[in-house]
Order: sequence, then C-alpha cells, then structure tokens
Amino acid sequence: MAELIVISTLNGVLFGMLLFLLSSGLTVIFSMMGVLNFAHASFYMLGAFFGYQLTRWIGFWPALVLAPLLVGAVGMAVERYGLRNTHKHGHVAELLLTFGLAFAIEEIVSMIWGKSPVDYRVPAALDFPAFTVFSTNYPAYKIFMLVVSVVIFIALLVTLKRTRVGLIVQAALTHPSMVGHLGHNVGRVFMLVFGVGSALAGLAGVIAGPSLVTQSDMAAFLGPILFVVIVFGGLGSLPGAFIASLLIGLIQTFAVALNGSLASVFGPLDPSLGASPLTDIWNVTIAQIAPILPYLLLVLVLIFRPMGLLGTRES
Amino acid sequence: MHKLIVAAAAALTVLGGAASAQESIKIGYIDPLSGGGASVGEGGLKTFQYLADELNAKGGILGHKVEIVPLDNKTNPQESLVQAQKAVDAGVRYITQGNGSSVGAALEDFVTKNNSRNPGKEVLYFNYAAVDPSMTNEKCSYWHFRWDANSDIKMEALTNYMKGQPTIKKVYLINMDYSFGQSVRAAARKMLGEKRPDIQVVGDELHPMLKVTDFSPYIAKIKASGADTVVTGNWGQDFALLLKAAADAGLKVNWYTYYAGGAGGPTAIKQTGLENQVFQISEGVPNSGNKAAMDFEKDFRAKTGISVWYPRAVNEMRMFKAAAEKANSIDPVKVAAALEGMKFEVFDGGEGFIRKDDHQFFQPIYISSFGSLADKAKEPFDEENTGWGWHIVSKIDTEQTMLPTTCNMKRP
Repeated sequence: MAELIVISTLNGVLFGMLLFLLSSGLTVIFSMMGVLNFAHASFYMLGAFFGYQLTRWIGFWPALVLAPLLVGAVGMAVERYGLRNTHKHGHVAELLLTFGLAFAIEEIVSMIWGKSPVDYRVPAALDFPAFTVFSTNYPAYKIFMLVVSVVIFIALLVTLKRTRVGLIVQAALTHPSMVGHLGHNVGRVFMLVFGVGSALAGLAGVIAGPSLVTQSDMAAFLGPILFVVIVFGGLGSLPGAFIASLLIGLIQTFAVALNGSLASVFGPLDPSLGASPLTDIWNVTIAQIAPILPYLLLVLVLIFRPMGLLGTRES
Repeated sequence: MHKLIVAAAAALTVLGGAASAQESIKIGYIDPLSGGGASVGEGGLKTFQYLADELNAKGGILGHKVEIVPLDNKTNPQESLVQAQKAVDAGVRYITQGNGSSVGAALEDFVTKNNSRNPGKEVLYFNYAAVDPSMTNEKCSYWHFRWDANSDIKMEALTNYMKGQPTIKKVYLINMDYSFGQSVRAAARKMLGEKRPDIQVVGDELHPMLKVTDFSPYIAKIKASGADTVVTGNWGQDFALLLKAAADAGLKVNWYTYYAGGAGGPTAIKQTGLENQVFQISEGVPNSGNKAAMDFEKDFRAKTGISVWYPRAVNEMRMFKAAAEKANSIDPVKVAAALEGMKFEVFDGGEGFIRKDDHQFFQPIYISSFGSLADKAKEPFDEENTGWGWHIVSKIDTEQTMLPTTCNMKRP
C-alpha cells in the first residue's frame, strides 16, 4: 500500500506540474487580454511535433531549447497579426479566432506528420531507471520532466514577483487600461506574454512528447482538462492554477488506484433485482470514473464558488 | 430495319457486359486511420492492399479487379455508420472492419437494416477482428461473416493452457472499457473459476478505450496487488503503452494476451525483458513452419515493412475469391450463400470452415510465447527488429474451438 501511495504521488505531482506548465500561460493570457485561448493546447502539440522533428535533425538537447522558442514565435505572430486585429471586434471574435486556429493547427499537423503516432523517443542519456522505490523502478526521464517543470515554475515566480517586467505584467493583469495610461506599450506586453505562454506550452509538449504519445489528436485530449484547471484555480490566478494543477494531477492518479464502489461500501445489491442500469451504477468503481472526475469538479466549483479557488474576479 | 435495331441492342448488351466485367470490386475498409487506433488501422490497410494486389496479379476475382477503399472511422461507431453509408452510396457492396467490437456491432446492424430496406443492393460485412461473442450469438446477422475466433473461444483456449501452469496463483485482469473488454473479463472470471478455483483474481480493471497515454498509475496498482499474472485483451496503443509503462516500472509478471503482436507491442515486451513470459493467442504465427505461409510472410514483410498480423485477413480475401468463383458471381447475395458452410485450407495449414448457424469461421488456433529464437533456420522471423519472435507453445485444433451458439439466424 505504501508503495502504491508513493508511486501514485510521484505520478500525480508529475502530471500536475505538466498541467501547470500549460495552464500558467493560459491563465495569464486570459486575465490580461480577457481571451480564453482555445488554441493553447495546440501550442502544446506543436511543441511536441517541433521537438520530435528537431530531435531527428539536431538532437534532443538543442530541440529542448529551440522548439519552445519556435512555438513562442508562432504564438507572438498569432497575437500580432491575428488577435490584435480582431480585438476591436470584441471578445467573441477573438474567441472564435483561437477556436478556428485550434482546428487549423490540428489539420496542418496531421497533414505534415500524418495521423498516427510518431516515433518520438526518450533520449538515450535519460533512458534508465533513476531509483527504485520498494520494488518499483522510477524512470529517469520522468524525474527530468519533474525537474524541468519545477525550474520553470521557480523562474516564472521570480520573474513575476521580483522583476520590473513582472511588475508591469502583474499590473496589466488587474488594471490593463491604467497600465496603458501610464505610458507602457500594452500591445507589446500582450504580445510578449502571449509568446511566453505559448513557449511554455511548447516546452510542455517537447518534454511530454516522448513520455506520452505524440500524435495529431493530443491537443484534443488535453485541451478540456486545461480549462478545468484554470476555472478551478480561479481565472487569472497563477497560484490558483498551480494548486489546481497539482490537485487535478493527484486526483486523476489516485482515482485510478482506488477500487471503491457503492457496492463495496454498502454491500452488493440483492441478486433478485436482476441486471438493470442501477446495478451498473452500483458496481462502477472510482477507477472507472477517474476520467470524468475533473469535469465533475468543474461543475461543482462553478456552482459553489464561481470565481474558483483563488480567483478574485467573477468573470 | 427491325433486325438492325435488335442487332444493335444485342451488341450493346454484349458491350455493356464486357464493361461490367472490367468493373472493379470495391471493398470498403472501415477502420481507424487517425487517433489512438491509427497504428493498427494503418497496418490493416496495408494488409488488405497487399492482399488485393495479390489477387489482382492473378487476374482478380472472376476477371474483376479488387480495389480497397480506405475509410477512416476514428474507432467511433457513429463515424463508422457515416462512412459505411458513404461507401454504399459510392457503390461499395462489401465492407470489411476489425478494430473495435463497438464499431463491429454498429456495422452489423447497419448491413442488416440496409439489406432489408434495399433489396437488390445488398452489402456484406466481412469481419476480420471484432471478436465480441454477441456478434455471432444474440446479435447475429446473415450478412455478417467473422474470420477471427471470438473472444470466448480464445479465452477457453487460453484458460485451458493456464490450467496446466501451477505457478499461476494471483491473476490481474485489465481491459478496455467497452463490449469486447467486458466480455474478456467476464469470460476470464468464469472460466478461471471453473478450471482453477485456487487462482485468486486480485484485480479487475476496466480503463477508457484508446484514451490513456500513461499507464503508470495502473501498473502501480497491479504491482500493489501482488499479481503474478496479468490477463488482457488490450490491443493497439492500449497494449503497447501498457507494456511500456510496465517496462519503465520494472513489473515482472506473466502476460496472457490476445493482441500482443500488434504495432509497438513486441518492442515494449523486449523492453520489459520478459522473455517467454508474454503469451498470445492467434490463428497464425510467423514461425509456424508452414512453407507457403512463411514464403508469404517474407514477401509481405519486404513489401509492407510490417509482420502478417492478420492471417485471418488472408483467409478472408482468399475465401471471398473462392466463394465468388463457386457462385460464379460477385453478387453479395450469391457470395453469402456460397460462403455458408464453406470449408477452406487456412493460411497456416489445417482445415477451417464457416459454421452455417452463426457465420463464425472455425480454424486451428495457437498459443505462442515471445522470446529469443534458438534455431534461426526453423524460426527465421523476429518482430519489429527486436531479435525476439513468436514461438508456438500450444496448438488447438479446429474441433476443440467449437463453442455452441445461441444465434437464431434470419435468412432472407
């Protein structure tokens, strides 16, 4: 049992940190521009595919740096030439733009790399068991993913809290128009933030690609979960996104490990009742409903605390 | 004048007949070509295209060329129905599908309805891998033919083998959460309970189908259960990723599987280092010792770059040709009648036949284990360049695979 708890915690924290790399960008972009970027998970996918392609050309380590930069550049271009132009038509137009972009990116990726998974492997230098807990090996690559996410998290925190750039970004989060009045180039701040957010998503893609599966529908898998994370954490709140990411990572991992069902708590139904939808509900285990738990959480949060865990605005 | 018209009409008929003799037979291949099932779906497509080329090189079927029409169903029943309708509208009279019994059941229902509503435009459904037993039992259809042994037949054979393995004490079941996975788990529980009541089922897991990208939480759970053996019907990415996670965590157990040989499976097994601890049940093995099959395997690998995953697809296409020639027609109604009860020498040798009662094909099946190959001359084929290959450990003859059916066939 202790083994299961330790391994599940590690797996849960790892998945949570990966979610945070993605949701941090998404939530900052939302609170600054008021745009819920539907294409954010697509940048994650682009990161994975760029990472795969660059790894084949120049190796994994240069790809680890270059691929997120490329994705960031794509993100900035989207902001500069797409969002900025649609901005004057209001949020709905911006939302639709990112919505369309998500589909376009998915189609372009499957046109270039095909629809089946690509062979994106863990680099040989990291392909060994890092340590053994009880009798389970823990792969070095997963530890590497964890380290990268934690480093990025700390870097992000320091930038936002301790630098001048962070000060402006924070100000723009809550009072965008005031920052503009003070003479800062809000447009450029927006573009940079969008670029950095996309680059972070790209980085998540590069490191998650070899461990999870790199294929053209990976964005569609992760996209909905991201929205859960940022709504749950509170729209626009970085610490909220952090807590929500970890929580959802842990919930999903631990739910899989649990076998409890209504039948195991209250005892099996009387067999004379026969097979009915009720017996199905009675016997379904927590492990089986694990994939829908985050969405259940989303519904509950929206009902009881619409601003999310640490959110301040009701929007 | 009158005679001229008759002659012209006769000439036109002859010409028309000649034109239709050149018309190709379109087979709609409805399987995943995108998403989680794509890796196996693309392998299947290559297999059918190779088989069509093989038939065409020998003059096709009754002079008609065979053409495979690929249709992507994303492993989704609704999408499959859309694709099937599209195919039928384009003149396809034969469809083939294998991945996912949920899809299979939908297509079986589709052909049954289509054929009762459109007499004269019947469509046949050739099933090469959807093995939910219900498709040839309570849901059986005259227009559906299945070349793969159904899930209960496979489990019967697997558990007969497991019965003689005294080291098996604790079994963990992990399956995909849909009709097929559920029938595997139910059959495994029932049959193990009857044959080896001393075996303890320590876990019984259903996970979302083709949606899990990281199986490490499930592997941690298997490990915690203390299981020494895992039984799984997982296929495609759900098998490869499961074994990959097992390899990463260093899980050492025996695996009894239905589809370990599919895309990515052998590579993942090699990575776990579980030599001769992963078993598969199938109707053919590359190293079967059958000369014709091994020659076919060699040429197939050279042309497609994959192994013959589906000896049953070979049987399917060759029997289609034999049935059409027996009926001397490519009309689906006549082909279906010719297929009923048909006997056939199967790909890896031995006789198989289609049972008239439920349109299930019965054939010899094999249990094989995966490991290094001792005698390269006798067993030349490894998988996915791992150096390891399939080695037959048990053969089950046709007669021993025949389970009763509850099918109440409605004939046209």
